[in-house]
Amino acid sequence: MNLIKVGVDKMNEFIQQLINGISVGSIYALIALGYTMVYGIIKLINFAHGDVYMLGAFAGLYATLVLKMSFVPALIFSMIVCAILGIIIERLAYRPLRNSPKIVILITAIGVSLFLEYTTMFFLGPQPRAFPEVFKHASYTLLGGKVTISNQEILIIAVTVILMILLQYIVHNTKIGKAMRAVSYDMQAARLMGINVDTTISITFALGSALAAAAGVLVGIYYNKVFPLMGIMFGLKAFVSAVLGGIGIIPGAMAGGFILGITESLVSGYGSSLYRDPVAFVILIIILLVKPSGLFGKNVREKV
Amino acid sequence: MRKGIVRRVAAGLLSFLLLFASACGSKSENNDVIKIGANLELSGNVATLGQSGLNGIMLAVDEINNAGGVLGKKIEIVKYDNKSDNTEAASVATRLITQDKVVAIIGSMTSGNTLSYVNIAETNKVPVISPSATNPDVTVDPKTGKVREYIFRTCFIDPFQGTAMAKFVLNELKLKKVAVLKDNTAPYSVGLAKFFVEAFKAGGGEILADENYTTQDQDFRAVLTKIKNLKPEFIYVPGYYEQVGQIVKQARELGINVPMGGGDGWDSPKLVEIAGAAALNNTFITNHYSSLMPDPKVQDFVKKYKEKYGSEPDAMAAVGYDTVLALVDAIKRAGEATPEKIKEALMTTKDVEGVTAKISIDENHNAVKGLVILEYKDGKQIYKAYVNP
Repeated sequence: MNLIKVGVDKMNEFIQQLINGISVGSIYALIALGYTMVYGIIKLINFAHGDVYMLGAFAGLYATLVLKMSFVPALIFSMIVCAILGIIIERLAYRPLRNSPKIVILITAIGVSLFLEYTTMFFLGPQPRAFPEVFKHASYTLLGGKVTISNQEILIIAVTVILMILLQYIVHNTKIGKAMRAVSYDMQAARLMGINVDTTISITFALGSALAAAAGVLVGIYYNKVFPLMGIMFGLKAFVSAVLGGIGIIPGAMAGGFILGITESLVSGYGSSLYRDPVAFVILIIILLVKPSGLFGKNVREKV
Repeated sequence: MRKGIVRRVAAGLLSFLLLFASACGSKSENNDVIKIGANLELSGNVATLGQSGLNGIMLAVDEINNAGGVLGKKIEIVKYDNKSDNTEAASVATRLITQDKVVAIIGSMTSGNTLSYVNIAETNKVPVISPSATNPDVTVDPKTGKVREYIFRTCFIDPFQGTAMAKFVLNELKLKKVAVLKDNTAPYSVGLAKFFVEAFKAGGGEILADENYTTQDQDFRAVLTKIKNLKPEFIYVPGYYEQVGQIVKQARELGINVPMGGGDGWDSPKLVEIAGAAALNNTFITNHYSSLMPDPKVQDFVKKYKEKYGSEPDAMAAVGYDTVLALVDAIKRAGEATPEKIKEALMTTKDVEGVTAKISIDENHNAVKGLVILEYKDGKQIYKAYVNP
């Protein structure tokens, strides 16, 4: 009898760790989608993306604190603000360099990232800020009270799933989505087909940034902590998620995010919590050694 | 071609100007002030510790200057923000000693930051007094066992703090099974956890787990789930308020309702903001003082502080205030404001009437003081007990 109890306890612990992991993984997935879409369309790893996520969190903070909005309007406000920001960044920093060597635009992305981080720090100070209580926290217990899930975790997973379904719809069932796929496949040919490549790229940035903003608001509420450098760690891990799933492939980013989140949670819970961050980088090294095109990636051969 | 050269010259000139501007510091020699440095955490992970400390310091300095100063001179506090970072703290200390030529340094609020410049102060023979660094290694070099000549503190040390909490949990809360969750990147947290564990085990208690986190962590659910399954009766989290707030909040969200506790690193107005008042119920801390203590000196201090800053003084403000009193007392007895004489006077500090206690410095350069045990109820600290040194 005792053995069964131990087994059930272990199972409950495992499920709890899974829930923790899926919540965090959703955040990584949301941010990873932005990385993967931008890479897919212009082959740029947008290092500033993590900072768009950070600004999304601050926008959400502003919306709830100053404009006194409730959760959903604040979320939409933040997504719109960051969509516009994403378009501006693309227009100012990346478009002039579209015909430059890839290394130039990569360095520019790093520059934009640092600029966003330190400008925010200059104006708003480096100290972490807390989100006001946007909705009352409640915990629900499953499986006879042994496993807890909070309403914030449910919210994160729900919002993530909804946004991902929306994104899939846009990409596969709309004209603009078709344009995005065309440009990512072959920019010149798309242009010849009459697709406005500049607009398509701008919209891609807008969509990716909006998703990052949503992630920022959700994280701000979940961890109750918003600070200018929050984009670094999450951005890096989202980048790893995107690479893990196959950079440039949208379902890959989603899968990569969840896999990373769950792995982190299990390593942290069963191993030591000190290994939480290294997990992401170990995964990155392994995937680049074993299958650099990612889990969902295909080895695309250069057409000569 | 011409355009290229103009651009390059302009860029070169601009970078030179920027370099020049950032290297310029203020160097004014002024012989009718006593320059005292303050190396404090005004931003970063433990920002409120430094901010409160500074408030306490400035309250004391203003009072003393308004009463005529010390040895006929006014005190000038030269403050820098060490950003809660060890490297920055060391750099600030160097700047205070070599550029600003201060006669003493007040700081820092955390053991980790203070430890990063004890050697610099020793080499340059400038006394350092920390208001709240509680790890024993700050004043006593662990490698040689010798007291650091120029380093002092006006607070208690962690063996005392850890033991007091261990005894409280065993004797007052009557709990025997504890899980410990510490920040293993902060010497304060590691030390305090160690002393608690030693005392708890010596008292017959059982340590079910000794887990770690880092100062950068935000998500503690995984390790908390692990701890939850070991079914502890009490969780000891001897860390700083930023992470502790998250830990307590996430623990309650996971359904962990046993009492939790920690040390003076919890004491911050931000703790309630981060964790929420409800989550903090049923938690206990050891601390330097409580604004609720009926001692008239405490109440007088609380009143003055509220008048000047509009908020209740926390423990860091009180120890900051007391540190200035101790330092000024030493300067008076020294008869001159030079680092060497101040150091000698500090060594014989006795019964300085501080807010937190009568401050006397012992042979290990530590203050002999008691502590208070506080409980959090509805976001406020309730005075539970006083423990004698």
